[in-house]
Amino acid sequence: MVRAIERTGFDQKDVVIVSGIGCSSRASGYLNFNTLHTTHGRALAFATGLKMARPELKIFVIMGDGDCSAIGGNHFIHACRRNIDLNAVIINNQIYGMTGGQYSPLTPQGSKASTAPRGTLERPFDILKLARGAGATFGARGTAVQPRQLEQLIARAAAHKGFSVVESLSQCPVAYGRRNNLGGPVEMLKSMKEKSISVEKATAMDENELEGKILTGVHFSIEAPEYAEEYYRTVTAEENH
Amino acid sequence: MPETKPILMQGNEACAEGAINAGVRFFAGYPITPSTEVAELMAAKLPDIGGVFMQMEDEIASMAAVIGASIGGMRAITATSGPGFSLKQENLGFAIMAEIPCVVVNVQRMGPSTGVPTAPSQGDIMQTRWGTHGDHPIIVFSPASVYETYYLTIAAVNLSQKLRQPVVLLLDEVIGHMREKVLIPGGGRLIVEKASDKAPADWKPYDDKGVTPLVPFGFGRYYHVTGLYHDQYGFPTSDPRQVERALDRLHDKLKKYRDEIVLTNYIGHREPKVAIVAYGCTVRSARAVIKKAYWQNRLPVGLLSLQTIWPFPDREIKELAEKADVIIVPELNMGQLVGEVERCACGRAEVIPLNRYDGEMITPDQLVEKMGRWLS
Ligand SMILES: Cc1ncc(C[n+]2csc(CCOP(=O)(O)OP(=O)(O)O)c2C)c(N)n1
Ligand SMILES: [Mg+2]
Repeated sequence: MVRAIERTGFDQKDVVIVSGIGCSSRASGYLNFNTLHTTHGRALAFATGLKMARPELKIFVIMGDGDCSAIGGNHFIHACRRNIDLNAVIINNQIYGMTGGQYSPLTPQGSKASTAPRGTLERPFDILKLARGAGATFGARGTAVQPRQLEQLIARAAAHKGFSVVESLSQCPVAYGRRNNLGGPVEMLKSMKEKSISVEKATAMDENELEGKILTGVHFSIEAPEYAEEYYRTVTAEENH
Repeated sequence: MPETKPILMQGNEACAEGAINAGVRFFAGYPITPSTEVAELMAAKLPDIGGVFMQMEDEIASMAAVIGASIGGMRAITATSGPGFSLKQENLGFAIMAEIPCVVVNVQRMGPSTGVPTAPSQGDIMQTRWGTHGDHPIIVFSPASVYETYYLTIAAVNLSQKLRQPVVLLLDEVIGHMREKVLIPGGGRLIVEKASDKAPADWKPYDDKGVTPLVPFGFGRYYHVTGLYHDQYGFPTSDPRQVERALDRLHDKLKKYRDEIVLTNYIGHREPKVAIVAYGCTVRSARAVIKKAYWQNRLPVGLLSLQTIWPFPDREIKELAEKADVIIVPELNMGQLVGEVERCACGRAEVIPLNRYDGEMITPDQLVEKMGRWLS
């Protein structure tokens, strides 16, 4: 993400990193920008207020899978719907990492979790489909094992005007891998690489062939009016005294 | 002198006017009776003065957006009622911990739960004090008239900025919906400063030496804002010494500015035998009683009205208890603030509650009846 920000040429002082609560959300505290570590699930709502107060800021919002899609699910769909210019980066390790491995709305069906010792019955979201359905105008998926592609995707999302979502598949060997016999970090990354296939290549494949695959790349990119800009168009600026 | 013109308005309207005149340029909220007029007025007015109105998806998001806007340098406010106030609690705690200025208006209605949504009540006294988790400080104002609503809203905004401390403006249905004359100074023009950075080079967001004004995001002062215990630059710590110091810091700033925060008003006899301690709409019934009993009949009675209920006006109650034999505490609840009055009176005066929780006001007659026994 930092490399992507450098690539966009944004001024450091204009960049803000907002995050929720979870292992992934601790990232904001390690970055040399204005950083805002909020409450569990609410990062997008904080970011919405900040963006509306200071539309010139470039705001990245880091969330975990549980953070964004469970407790924060409502804020997520409404941020998508408004098409407000925020760059959401979802670090999806498919589990509640910080609290020790409970299943999240992005945990694959059948996976074991501390709260699903027999495997979860729940069907996961496809977060990009959800985003698109809710009105987001940019959606992309990358993985931790292909950092160069991820960097490109985040840079494209940042350049996009409107609400963008980048799902970054990552891994949690301790709370997810071990319980599901997926090996250590290296094995998990290897298997992530094997399963990954670009959206372009996938168009030539049928449903059976795509079973269990991770579709990487830009899933959608649409132009639509952006909320903050539209709002300020309707506002009368206060007189300067 | 600029002309001061009387205007007839509702408490909720006075709140919106007061906020705008105090420089508030951001409102985020979610509709709920009996607070909705505040949102509607802000929606009508803010776009004409460069401000932002947002109707969020719920009260949790509204509270979050207000904090976000405040970090961006806009004075920000939200308004709700009991059920919505409950939803705001987690993020209210965040704002207290991270020392982000903001004002939360709670126009109380009758609970628990959906209760009687249109009936007056003072049931949220303890929720405003202890609604969010942890050992936090809070400032709560409770106006007793439309006029007081206007001025206390301004005071809430300014105090919140100065102390970087959330302030709750606790109205009730009666005050929110009642129409009264308000005197608003005319002629003057408020200058709302755009967010800027005028802090000295060695500015720290959480300076050990005391509260510093917030430098909003986007001015090249790189710091972290978190709900975790943090050091002078905002970065997380769990070092016991720093943790203890950080919690003391939150409480010490309220202690230091106590006299600016704790506002009360006494009317009546200098040496009262029977005194009333009231806040919010019940002050009005109490005032009617004092008018007759003291101003007309010169009986030894008095009324201490509390504009600030938290931090609790302990010294004022102690003083009153030294003089009065009896303190009557009327509340539209089953008895919430009366416990604090008792604690501070410490046996020096007998403390007697007068409670009503049927969705109706406490009448002057009810008060007279309670007091009568002690006056004969
Ligand atoms: C209101 C609230 N509920 C629950 C928690 C406990 N909690 C902290 S992190 C977390 C889950 C984090 O999972 P995820 O968002 O996937 O992030 P990860 O740790 O996996 O990166 C939970 C439930 C909390 N901090 N706040
Ligand atoms: Mg996770």
